Amino acid sequence: MIIDGSESSLKSFLRTLPAVDEVGAHARAATLATRSIKTSSKSWAIDMAIRMVDLTTLEGADTPGKVRAICAKAVRPDATDPTVPHVGAVCVYNDMVGVARSALDHIGGRDIPVAAVSTAFPSGRASLAVKLQDTTDAIALGAAEIDMVIDRGAFLSGRYGEVFDEIVQIKALCADKAHLKVILETGELVTLDNVRKASYLAMLAGADFIKTSTGKVSPAATAPVVLVMLEAVRDFYSMTQNRIGVKPAGGIRTTKDAIKQLVLVNEIAGPEWLDPSLFRIGASALLNDLLMQRMKMRDGFYASPSYVTLD
Amino acid sequence: MSAFEYAPALESTAIVDIKERYGHFVNGKFQAPKSGKYFPTINPATEKVLSNVALGNASDVDLAVAAARNAYVKVWSKMPAAERGKYLFRIARILQERAREFAVLETLDNGKPIRESRDTDIPLAAAHFFYHAGWADKLEHSGNGASPKPYGVVAQIIPWNFPLLMLAWKVAPALATGNTVVLKPAETTPLTALLFADVCRQAELPAGVVNIITGAGETGALLVNHPGIDKVAFTGSTEVGKLIATSIAGTKKVATLELGGKAANIIYDDAAIDQAVEGIVNGIFFNQGHVCCAGSRLLVQESVHDEVLEKLKVRMANIRLGNPLDKNTDIGAINSAAQLAKIKELTSAGDQQGAERWSAPCEIPEAGFWFAPTVFTGVSQTHRIAREEIFGPVLSVLTFRTPQEAIEKANNTPYGLSAGIWTEKGSKILWTASKLRAGVIWANTFNKFDPASPFGGYKESGWGREGGRHGLSAYLKAIK
Repeated sequence: MIIDGSESSLKSFLRTLPAVDEVGAHARAATLATRSIKTSSKSWAIDMAIRMVDLTTLEGADTPGKVRAICAKAVRPDATDPTVPHVGAVCVYNDMVGVARSALDHIGGRDIPVAAVSTAFPSGRASLAVKLQDTTDAIALGAAEIDMVIDRGAFLSGRYGEVFDEIVQIKALCADKAHLKVILETGELVTLDNVRKASYLAMLAGADFIKTSTGKVSPAATAPVVLVMLEAVRDFYSMTQNRIGVKPAGGIRTTKDAIKQLVLVNEIAGPEWLDPSLFRIGASALLNDLLMQRMKMRDGFYASPSYVTLD
Repeated sequence: MSAFEYAPALESTAIVDIKERYGHFVNGKFQAPKSGKYFPTINPATEKVLSNVALGNASDVDLAVAAARNAYVKVWSKMPAAERGKYLFRIARILQERAREFAVLETLDNGKPIRESRDTDIPLAAAHFFYHAGWADKLEHSGNGASPKPYGVVAQIIPWNFPLLMLAWKVAPALATGNTVVLKPAETTPLTALLFADVCRQAELPAGVVNIITGAGETGALLVNHPGIDKVAFTGSTEVGKLIATSIAGTKKVATLELGGKAANIIYDDAAIDQAVEGIVNGIFFNQGHVCCAGSRLLVQESVHDEVLEKLKVRMANIRLGNPLDKNTDIGAINSAAQLAKIKELTSAGDQQGAERWSAPCEIPEAGFWFAPTVFTGVSQTHRIAREEIFGPVLSVLTFRTPQEAIEKANNTPYGLSAGIWTEKGSKILWTASKLRAGVIWANTFNKFDPASPFGGYKESGWGREGGRHGLSAYLKAIK
């Protein structure tokens, strides 16, 4: 065990982490963004990206009808082409988990997990009791993945123990029933040093995935942030032999954006992470762009947007 | 495909039009060499001949120097400074407009990856012309006296590692300050200089202001020793720099010399390790290590040596070596067979003297000149690979225990061109920088260049500075 969970052991461990140089991290991310992914590698990347999408709807206006529609899209993203793989998961608010689960089961999407955002998403400003109940409800309704938010207020004021304990308790509820993704909300942590610290805090507390953002705060999944998180899971693996997943979410809208993410994964964490079990992309609009590019690769020309479905 | 393998993404070569052969560019026109001789220039990634260029002899040099003198006396020295500046602006804009053409040609002739010629060499070359264009009519404010004057005719000899960029470093300040130029590009990389001749034509630069003659060392010696030359500017090896210094001793000629280096890249234990590893890679593997200011000696604090080396090797295994025209290539071809032989000779000396070699596992193409990114550990100050400039993708790793020891080792070299410091502690950066005997010091970065920043070396790394206000002084007689 690297730490015993006490405030002081967490503080002293986080202090041993090497700093992140912002300029250098941005430069590295910018260089990797110049990778040119063409032909066969592009086709491979598009299908991989589709399999990694956590198809998401997180609106106050969500209705059972809307949720059933994205479930249909998740199972069969392109109605005209059965070779398109299904997405990684469907991500909804707590109260929509049951609707999503039964919709998926009904249309042959039994192996697509439902992810529920939890712990008073997106702000995390609620009592621990509420957060625990939120998670218990989601699991009871059939959520196989819990996307929890950390308490950024506690983190920014240096109360790392509180952040840690909360994750540990949510993880205990998830147990073997659900995968735990921990949302750092990097747009509120601001510095890359904070991103690295929060990544380790989440991994030490038992996160199965670390996730950049709620999608409600900008900036979200910027390349330097994802780069630092990928470095963290890579280094955590060499410390513990345990592979933690990464999920960027927010602002990834085009195939180009998604492929840049895959390049980061490939060259920073390594090819082992190029799998939906270790890398997910939280998105909604992205899926249609991936489908359009997939059609372009297949047919040699761009189809009208009317040929992809709006759900 | 089981893994994410990047399919070839080749930059098209259709944009370049390479002629079968080129004469010298003298007095605004391409002219057949008086020598009657041509020599081939090849693509180092394929060993195929790209073109044949003129071999300059004494008569060719005479003609070029006479053209430059004539242009200086009749046109360039009489032109209002603001007009001179306009030509430089025009050249800068044309370089930007034709950037892709230059990038492809540079990559073909030099072997460097298209990513670097496209993103570094060509944009920086244009930036040097823009920067110096602005100075042309403000020289009296450059700190060189109230009425600084040009020397006259300048001989400029440039190396093969950054062919167009080194041309820009030389030609832009010379023209901005009112000198005329006879330039000789390196014999293995003449093509972008010859394309630059076309830019001069397009910009309607008066004939004879820029003259370009091609040839090897003998042609360069004829140029340096020509009595019509007022000033010499040279970038290249310390060995040749010493010859030039000897040959101009006792003449009226002045010289700026930008020579070799064996830079220390110092990694303290409190550095941002991941970015320091990037800095090491950028420091020594940028441009195949064909960089005079390359961070070729890694000085790493013993307490983080293993961690840094482990991360460095993982990172090096990710470096993509191969076709320089592929947009995903990180490391291209070694520029020439001769340079490859030199790298091999020095690295085998490393083996013999007991350093431990590790090379990144990468496929080496059959044709062309290649050297896998290599790191030597267990290197001590007495090893040749710690003292001599390898000028290739080869890193020598030494360790230190205290900051004082880092400084002693860093300064224990006949060179003094550049150095790097990696620490999160600002006071340590300032303390280290003040003790290092090097002309350029980078803190938490490496190989960053800007036309406003003077570049040049201490000790055997050279005389004078290029870039910034200091660089202007090299082309001006300060009349106080």
